[in-house]
Amino acid sequence: MLETLKITNLHVAVEGKPILNGVNLTIRRGEVHALMGPNGSGKSTLAGVIMGHPSYDVSEGTIELNGDNILEWDASERARAGIFMAFQRPMAIPGVKMADFLRHATTNVRNPNRKEGEQLIPMREFRKELREKMAQLKMDEEFARRYVNDGFSGGEMKRAEILQLAMLLPKFAILDETDSGLDVDAVKLASQSIAEIGGAEMGILIITHHDRLLEHNVPDFTHVMLGGRIVETGGVELARELYTEGYEKVRERHPEDAAVEKEMSSTGKTLAAGVA
Amino acid sequence: MATDLIASDETGIGEINKYDFVTPSHAVFKARRGLNSQIVAEISEMKGEPRWMRDFRLNSLKLFESRPLPRWGGDIALDFQDIYYYLKPTDHQGKTWDDVPAEIKETFDKLGIPEAEKKFLAGVKAQFESEVVYGSLKEDLAKKGVIFTDTDTAVREHGDLVREYLGTIIPPGDNKFAALNSAVWSGGSFIYVPKGVKIEFPLQAYFRINAERMGQFERTLIIVDEGAEVHYVEGCTAPMYSTESLHSAVVEVVVRRGARCRYTTIQNWANNIYNLVTKRAVAYGDSLMEWIDGNLGSRLTMKYPAVYMMEPGARGEILSIAFASKGQHQDAGAKVVHCAPHTKSRIISKSISKNGGRSSYRGLCKVQDGAIGSKSNVVCDALILDPASRSDTYPYIEVEEQDVHVEHEASVSRIGEEQLFYLQSRGLTEAEASSMIVSGFIEPLVKELPMEYAVEMNRLIELQMEGSVG
Ligand SMILES: Nc1ncnc2c1ncn2[C@@H]1O[C@H](COP(=O)(O)OP(=O)(O)OP(=O)(O)O)[C@@H](O)[C@H]1O
Ligand SMILES: [Mg+2]
Repeated sequence: MLETLKITNLHVAVEGKPILNGVNLTIRRGEVHALMGPNGSGKSTLAGVIMGHPSYDVSEGTIELNGDNILEWDASERARAGIFMAFQRPMAIPGVKMADFLRHATTNVRNPNRKEGEQLIPMREFRKELREKMAQLKMDEEFARRYVNDGFSGGEMKRAEILQLAMLLPKFAILDETDSGLDVDAVKLASQSIAEIGGAEMGILIITHHDRLLEHNVPDFTHVMLGGRIVETGGVELARELYTEGYEKVRERHPEDAAVEKEMSSTGKTLAAGVA
Repeated sequence: MATDLIASDETGIGEINKYDFVTPSHAVFKARRGLNSQIVAEISEMKGEPRWMRDFRLNSLKLFESRPLPRWGGDIALDFQDIYYYLKPTDHQGKTWDDVPAEIKETFDKLGIPEAEKKFLAGVKAQFESEVVYGSLKEDLAKKGVIFTDTDTAVREHGDLVREYLGTIIPPGDNKFAALNSAVWSGGSFIYVPKGVKIEFPLQAYFRINAERMGQFERTLIIVDEGAEVHYVEGCTAPMYSTESLHSAVVEVVVRRGARCRYTTIQNWANNIYNLVTKRAVAYGDSLMEWIDGNLGSRLTMKYPAVYMMEPGARGEILSIAFASKGQHQDAGAKVVHCAPHTKSRIISKSISKNGGRSSYRGLCKVQDGAIGSKSNVVCDALILDPASRSDTYPYIEVEEQDVHVEHEASVSRIGEEQLFYLQSRGLTEAEASSMIVSGFIEPLVKELPMEYAVEMNRLIELQMEGSVG
């Protein structure tokens, strides 16, 4: 049976404020999905909830991995079960070297039953693999010795996220604006690398405002989020329409969700519109 | 005072005289609780000390009795009459491995400490067997004129040198605990490095022969002569277990012109211990004194390594790490005193509080009148892991001179939910994630440690974070 990540009627609030209002989405391994939608519509929230961010409250709905409801699992358990999210804004962990962090992460994800304190992947083996993957991504070896995301440029952070994807090889990967911050050449490389890493093996959800990542990862499905719901799903042509024409037509076709969107942004603490 | 001593013959000293105390390991000294001039005199007799040292001890006792407890720092709930002030190594050896609490043994296992060393650390054996290593080391050092021995032996064999310096950097009257140590001290290291001699490898207390390393009142004296260099490493990261509740050491360091001294300590005490230590160095022209000080465990630690920069060009650096967990208070910090022009100091302090632990940074930066062109930079960062824990900063800055540059930065941060989530989303458990954040936090200091200590330190922090220790 094809492995699936299935989200059903998901309702989510943050600090009492509803953000997702009934999201439905099914991703199978090997599929590429694009998720688009205006700023503040709830895309990163969906990604965070799938990954298990502790500050989101799920009031209704389920997230299932191959039939198991994973809502009670913490982020670590989800990662070990094969879920990965590339962060829109990765966190800096000062003093922790990329290589040490990755060795720990890779060990845990590959041996999901590993107990704290048990052996890590042998250093030699790990280094060799890391070096190869970094070469593939045209990353300088020095990178592995830097502290995790500490003082990284916007583009470096995104490349580091792709490196993690390459090392952890999840079943399902959510890439939250992994293209933003990358220069023209880097985004091309990223697009290629993601296609290579994913191959036919991974179920990928690409959250983006542009078409560049999709060049080598042609979506089987394109979803549009508005006001905390997926209001339309189409093929690659929908993605093309959106990044050329914007969301006005979508709003016209879904006046109720557009109204929710307006409501959300006026009660929101941060005015999402205008944030690139 | 002296007559007191003679009179006390009937009350015990005479009896001790029956034994050959020149080889004190055969002497029998019946340990008693409490503290008075008689006990102090007995300790001195036991050790076969010269008169000047006995007088030094007895004077110090008077100072101890007249000094109040410090009114700052932490709560000290100690009954000074309920403590053994001198236990011979054989007393420690009398303790068996079975007496050592299970959690301490477990920690040793987790740290992967060899059997022989475990027993030593637990105080079951007085001395770690490293004669083999020490033998060649000692020869090599002796050829260069280096003296490295325990302070008791130094008093007997290098009396003049010890007498010239002991108690001059930290006078017995400096504070109540320095006075106490001066009265009842035992063990500790004595190091003399002659002019121009550079010792390439760190000297470790491990290598000392006949060391009473489990001493509660260690007395260490290090003299680094002109242009010489030494790195001394004390303690270890395994928890030190002791049935005694008070540990109070004094460490004096003299760094002569153009010399360098680095003193590294990692201590991890059991939860019942008061660890009240006075450490001070004087640094002369163009010399460098570095204190690296790691404090884990204990009920209360009060420790503020100091550097007095006496002549132009002297530098002092102090790096301090404190980890306070449940029931623990780390009151640690540093003191730098600029007594001469163009002297430079740097203090970096990192503290971590967890599980209701409390850590305080207490630091003094003093620039005396006339110390023009002096520079001091103080950075102290605190990391608090949960709402029950606490961190305070008490920086004292006294600047009597205009033409100086003094900087002080302090930061307090809480472990971020977003950081935890980021690491957990990569498969790390919550404990592993916070442990990683903590080791990153102290990394700038840990990388200054000798390799094996850095590894142990990180491992120890991991254990602390998993909640497996104290
Ligand atoms: N932790 C939070 N606290 C308060 N509000 C939040 C939080 N997380 C998200 N929100 C709000 O939820 C709404 C959706 O945010 P989200 O980040 O999911 O949008 P997005 O679709 O990813 O937008 P963008 O395209 O700008 O990245 C916004 O109004 C945002 O301010
Ligand atoms: Mg977003």
